[in-house]
Amino acid sequence: MSLPTPSGTRDFLPDEMRELRAITEALRGVFERFGYGEVATPALEYEAVLGRADLAGARPAYRVVDDHGDVLVLRSDMTVPIARVVATRYAAAQPPLRFSYVAPAYRKVRPHRGMSRELLQAGIELVGAPGAAGTAEALTVLCHALDATGLRDYRVGLGDASLYPALLSALEVPEAGRRRLLDELVAGDFVGLEREVAALGLGGEEVELLLGVPQARGGPDVLEGPPGPVADAVAGLREVRDALEPAVAARVLFDLGLARDLGYYTGAVFEVYDPALGAPLGGGGRYDDLLGRFGRPLPAVGFAVGVELLHAALTAEERGSGG
Amino acid sequence: MAEAAADDRSGPALAQAGSAHLPGRDRPLRFAVPRGALFADTLDRLDALGLTTTEVRANDRRLLFADVGIVTMRPSDVPTYVEAGAADLGITGKDVLVEQAERDVYELLDLGYGPCRMIVATVAGPDPAAEALRRLGVVRVATKYPKTATRWFERTGRQAEIVEVKGSVELAPLTGLAEAIVDLAATGTTLRENHLVVREELFRSTARLIANPVAHKLKGPAIDAVVQRLRALDRPAAGAHAD
Repeated sequence: MSLPTPSGTRDFLPDEMRELRAITEALRGVFERFGYGEVATPALEYEAVLGRADLAGARPAYRVVDDHGDVLVLRSDMTVPIARVVATRYAAAQPPLRFSYVAPAYRKVRPHRGMSRELLQAGIELVGAPGAAGTAEALTVLCHALDATGLRDYRVGLGDASLYPALLSALEVPEAGRRRLLDELVAGDFVGLEREVAALGLGGEEVELLLGVPQARGGPDVLEGPPGPVADAVAGLREVRDALEPAVAARVLFDLGLARDLGYYTGAVFEVYDPALGAPLGGGGRYDDLLGRFGRPLPAVGFAVGVELLHAALTAEERGSGG
Repeated sequence: MAEAAADDRSGPALAQAGSAHLPGRDRPLRFAVPRGALFADTLDRLDALGLTTTEVRANDRRLLFADVGIVTMRPSDVPTYVEAGAADLGITGKDVLVEQAERDVYELLDLGYGPCRMIVATVAGPDPAAEALRRLGVVRVATKYPKTATRWFERTGRQAEIVEVKGSVELAPLTGLAEAIVDLAATGTTLRENHLVVREELFRSTARLIANPVAHKLKGPAIDAVVQRLRALDRPAAGAHAD
């Protein structure tokens, strides 16, 4: 008799659960210490409510129709439900507000290492803390939380979602071309990017900017002297760097080409890399426009870490493999 | 406790990290190298990068050459290894990347060699695919590239039954398995020998350099150096300009 679980889902047995529990408890301890109270929200939400956010890369994949004929979705992340909580349950509360969660999100990913369709995420949302100071706090909590799990070799890539779009408008790239360039960038197709940029028929200096900026990644020197059009976004990143304590700053890798495929990011974005894993194990960023869509316009920043990915990275570091 | 450990590591070496020096094991970049049509050209490029490929050339059966940072495999396995981070960089055909579009890898460079075309072919004479579409409403297409073929026929508004085969696709239209094939053609000799003619071209393919996205961040300077040197090899003029 074959009794499978749905594709991309699986059972967790005691040995693994014990280790996952140790990780989530370590994360929770740091979240709590920084004043981020834990919240839980329903796994099912009205599609009409979650649909207020632009989820692009993480549209809810699972839908059911309830007994009133309303469409329900399984949440694809926790950021949007928490935006709803802030707008409804904390409508008059004085910001900043700090929340944390350890909860599964549901996505129709191609199941591979550490990527379940029922994906356990641990993260925070910092609401009402604008600009560099808020971003720096989120990065600080992130690094302290990862340190608390014992992860050794991770780095945090830090970029700005508004950077490349700003460059495109500064160079007056036509609307249709912009979409194509951003698609190539998000897909990581630099050959395609080069082809699309060439098709624009711009001058050599502009071409160099459009191709060079997304490849600029590394230490703080990346933030020194990048030219005109991206100066604002880069200045913002410099501010974040200056607001970080040294141990956190040492983990940061500046990446002007970082593009996350969630549609709601507006400013700083970041991703967590570990040499033991081939994919980022978490990430986040600023979403200053999202809460406005729920009726409480407040700037916000947050991150989520994939707990199973973190577990895989920890075991790989322990074995000394990968990298 | 773990935090204290992290603090210890964040000495000056780590502070100026970012570009050159990264925490963690320092092993040389590992390349996923395709055996088959792209093998010889790829090894030539790796020689030019300063890797020692003598052993790789001499050994038909060994697959892993850990000391020089080369692992050899079928071209269609290259994206799998690179996506998982089992190799930092890989070389494979654009045809493979199009077929495995869902793989999360960066495509860094068009290496220019191994040129070929992804085509639709049928037997010569009146087009049997057109006739099948007109009279039966659906054309049967044999291919080793089911996703590429499915997308192409969907995009061009034709109903197709895609028949996946693992080898010698040319056999399919000759035996009545399918009216058309979608396959890779370099010189067209195999097609001609089997009395097949090209009806449509989907895209042109060449060898591409791909990278694992995390390696692209964590080993940025090393990977950029590889890209720059390969670029200079292929287009000396453009290479000089890039400096």
